[in-house]
Amino acid sequence: MIKFEGEHLLPGQIGHFFVILALIASLISLISFFQASRSNQIEDKKSWLNFARISFGIQAISILIIFSTIFYICYNHYYEYMYAYKHASKELETKFLLACIWEGQEGSFLLWSIWHAILGLTILSIKKEEYKVTWQAPVLTIISMAQFCLMLMILGIYFFDVRIGNSPFTLTRNEIPAPIFSQPNYLTFLKDGMGLNVLLRNYWMVIHPPILFLGFASTLVPFAFAYAGIQTQKFGDWIKPVLPWALFSACVLGVGIMMGGKWAYESLSFGGYWAWDPVENASLVPWLILIAGLHTMLIYNATGHSLRASYLFAILTFIFILYSTFLTRTGVLGDTSVHAFTEAGKAINIMIGLFVLVFAIPMLTLFLINYKKIPTIIKEEETNSREFWMFMGSLILFISSLFIIIITSIPVYSKTPFLKDLIFKIHNGPLAMPEDAEFIYNKVMIMVAIFLGLVTAVTQYLKYKSTPLQYVKSNILKTIVVAGVLTTLIFIFYPFTFQKHGIGFLIAIYIAFFFSFYSVIANAMYIPLVLKNNFKSAGASLSHIGFSLMIAGMLISSSNKQVISDSKVNGINLPMSKDPMTKKQEDPTENLTLIRQVPTRMGEYEVTYLNDSSGHEKGRHFYHLQFLRKEDSLTREKFVLSPDVYQMKDNNMSSNPDIKTYLTRDIFTYISFAINEERNTDTAQFKTIEIGEGDTGYYRNGYYILNKVEKNPSDCKFAYNPKSIALMADITFYSKDSMRYKATPLIEADSFGINNYDDTLFAQNLFVKFAGVSDNHKIKLGIKESDSLIDFVTVKAYVFPYIILVWIGLIIMAFGILLSVIKRAKINNNLAAIILTFITAGLIYMFIFAN
Amino acid sequence: MKKTNIIILIGIAALIVGLLVFSVDFSTYDTIGSAKNKKGKFVHLIAKLDKSQPITYDPINNPNYLSFYAIDSLGEKTKVVYHNSKPGDLEKSERIVLKGKMENDYFDCKDILLKCPSKYKDDKKVLEKNMKDQTASN
Repeated sequence: MIKFEGEHLLPGQIGHFFVILALIASLISLISFFQASRSNQIEDKKSWLNFARISFGIQAISILIIFSTIFYICYNHYYEYMYAYKHASKELETKFLLACIWEGQEGSFLLWSIWHAILGLTILSIKKEEYKVTWQAPVLTIISMAQFCLMLMILGIYFFDVRIGNSPFTLTRNEIPAPIFSQPNYLTFLKDGMGLNVLLRNYWMVIHPPILFLGFASTLVPFAFAYAGIQTQKFGDWIKPVLPWALFSACVLGVGIMMGGKWAYESLSFGGYWAWDPVENASLVPWLILIAGLHTMLIYNATGHSLRASYLFAILTFIFILYSTFLTRTGVLGDTSVHAFTEAGKAINIMIGLFVLVFAIPMLTLFLINYKKIPTIIKEEETNSREFWMFMGSLILFISSLFIIIITSIPVYSKTPFLKDLIFKIHNGPLAMPEDAEFIYNKVMIMVAIFLGLVTAVTQYLKYKSTPLQYVKSNILKTIVVAGVLTTLIFIFYPFTFQKHGIGFLIAIYIAFFFSFYSVIANAMYIPLVLKNNFKSAGASLSHIGFSLMIAGMLISSSNKQVISDSKVNGINLPMSKDPMTKKQEDPTENLTLIRQVPTRMGEYEVTYLNDSSGHEKGRHFYHLQFLRKEDSLTREKFVLSPDVYQMKDNNMSSNPDIKTYLTRDIFTYISFAINEERNTDTAQFKTIEIGEGDTGYYRNGYYILNKVEKNPSDCKFAYNPKSIALMADITFYSKDSMRYKATPLIEADSFGINNYDDTLFAQNLFVKFAGVSDNHKIKLGIKESDSLIDFVTVKAYVFPYIILVWIGLIIMAFGILLSVIKRAKINNNLAAIILTFITAGLIYMFIFAN
Repeated sequence: MKKTNIIILIGIAALIVGLLVFSVDFSTYDTIGSAKNKKGKFVHLIAKLDKSQPITYDPINNPNYLSFYAIDSLGEKTKVVYHNSKPGDLEKSERIVLKGKMENDYFDCKDILLKCPSKYKDDKKVLEKNMKDQTASN
């Protein structure tokens, strides 16, 4: 047994102890909440409930301690712990320490369980009699069960030969078999951790996972209430108390998903905020089902219809959260996702699969057994009633979510027993996504958008039960006329140009845009027409406005997206850009090479690659591109975008875009290719000549004139005072293509000797050196002409018009849903005002200003 | 109209959509050999970069033309043409998924997915290698 030096084993032992404590406490609270929910005697119930509350509290505190311990280990760079070694590194800025906790599987499960704990404690702290007597025990039974499962995932105990879960407190030397661990002082060699994946070094990565996981965690509450409805056999009573929770969940999950989109837009180079990637779909699907469920719950609340559907949707929302976790966390999707999936051990696959079963099968069975007992109204809804069309909307949301998950799961089918054999028989191999995977989603979802636009626009104007015809006519007519006129104007002045999928799809885009825009107008007019400007009740209208505005923004920004780095747009279709194999010009030609200091046309901009610089972090390189728009030789617009390329320690590269945001459009660019740090070595030599002021010299590509020699220059480049000894040559180079370039090399003498500040004209491959002074007012100039030193970057650049509508729509939607939460949960006015102001301000700041 | 009828209608519509979607020619994962037998069909190749052959990419002349050779686990090779920029870590990739169509003498690639070692931090081998590199450099 070796005695290792310098290890800090105490935090790990503390952490591990609290994992076990949390596991046991959650098991005890699970059992005692369950007993409390079954007990009919008041005294007995009370004592079980008290016991359960205490153990749930212990569990919650333990989880917070576990989290703090991991943070402490990462913060102090204790690389003897595997978690710190894998995810932290010394150069990492402190704000990213949290991100490195949720980079790992264990950390994100822990984050999830923290939210469960907080939600559980909030439910326990509600003072209403109804909660205490009926809901707390069954709801907390489910939450405790989830906590037990999550703690099992981060336990890391061997059960015979299989390790159950992955502990965040394992030691590096136990995990990696490397020779250095035979030395007692191995820690002195382990100087730095592997650090956080650079794609995740973005402030969205600090804020977005907690919000998304709160969204995930909060879907457990409707699931738990559905269970409570069955367990208490008070089948319909859970709907009223669950409504604010379901709304809250819809708001948080929706915002979380779009935060993920904004992160992708700002830091991934796939050129947009949504790519129908499995990871994105996996969180969208439960959200769609949740929204469907939310509407059926509202129907039940108002009319008594749709209770069974509410059960089903509440249950499926959480089941699909679990299924999504399974899809994205276990590596089952393998080769289909751009996201860096972890190939976790087999144990975790089995574990997550098991939890899907533990929650899904018993709950669905319970639902089916009790299905007949769940009250339903035999008489069907009238087709002119609000509930009928709300139900249709829910149904469409549900079907579209099934569609998305069926397509997303395609890689899973080839791994499912039996199904696998069938697929191999038909396709001779594992099934993969078709050529244009995005279009498969888009062509179906555009139909969904059309229908949803229509129902969200019209349904509010219908009344529950049945609606008088006159009422419908007057209100709906008014709104449709206003929307019709406005959209026609938009179509005339700002037509869509998306041609890729033919005229049919373009028409579908127009129709979808009309209906989403109609929905915005109809819902906006509903507030004065019907609600008489009572904003407290306008939650639903506002969230529909937001949702439809978001869809409208998506339609505009995607269908009128412009690739300005497309060389065909610029009219410089060079013959050599033809494919030597096929002899034809092919798509996509989205890349454009920018040579340093040579202005290149990109759409309406003249883009110049100015220079590059390195960032705080080692290996990060920024490329500064100046965008200039001129009109009648006047500069109308000028800005610099600095996309960067990150060369990681292990030599992997990551390219992060930079975006200029205007109200009407975003200009988005990223580096698609850049040369490596180790540039080609230069073999050319300086050629020295003597030249006087006003004289002319020649170089390979033209001639140059020495304008003047300046003493102690003080301008934007140099700042010398009159006492210095410095000389600067001011030279203009005239190239054959009649371009002019200015060079200002400098020579300086100080107490240490002579320094030369050479100037470089990358566009002409020229290096200019002020070599010295000679007699008769002449100077010595060194000129080097090089072949290999062209400095360049290859970029892609897009213009996304009106993409800001997407973010504004999201913020309005979140605001609207929050308003409904406040109304349903009967939160008092002052508190409500504070919540609304802070959250809205936060969202506006994050989505619109912080860039 | 009765609610049930409308639900049935929506169900039928969904079914039609479903059928339409699945009538789309789904792609398959193939080896280079089996892809050569279905020329012109969109497939996913799982292969490796053939490091014995040169990579052609000259961004100054044409940033939208990349060609290289891929080799799969059965040892079959093909030239690959990709009309886009060169992925930065192509040379370091351990495995590549190429999406595109096999033509007569080359693979016309539409999309490249790279599997790079460091993305799998949970992979023990990667950790071992990283540890070795790090301690060796000290």
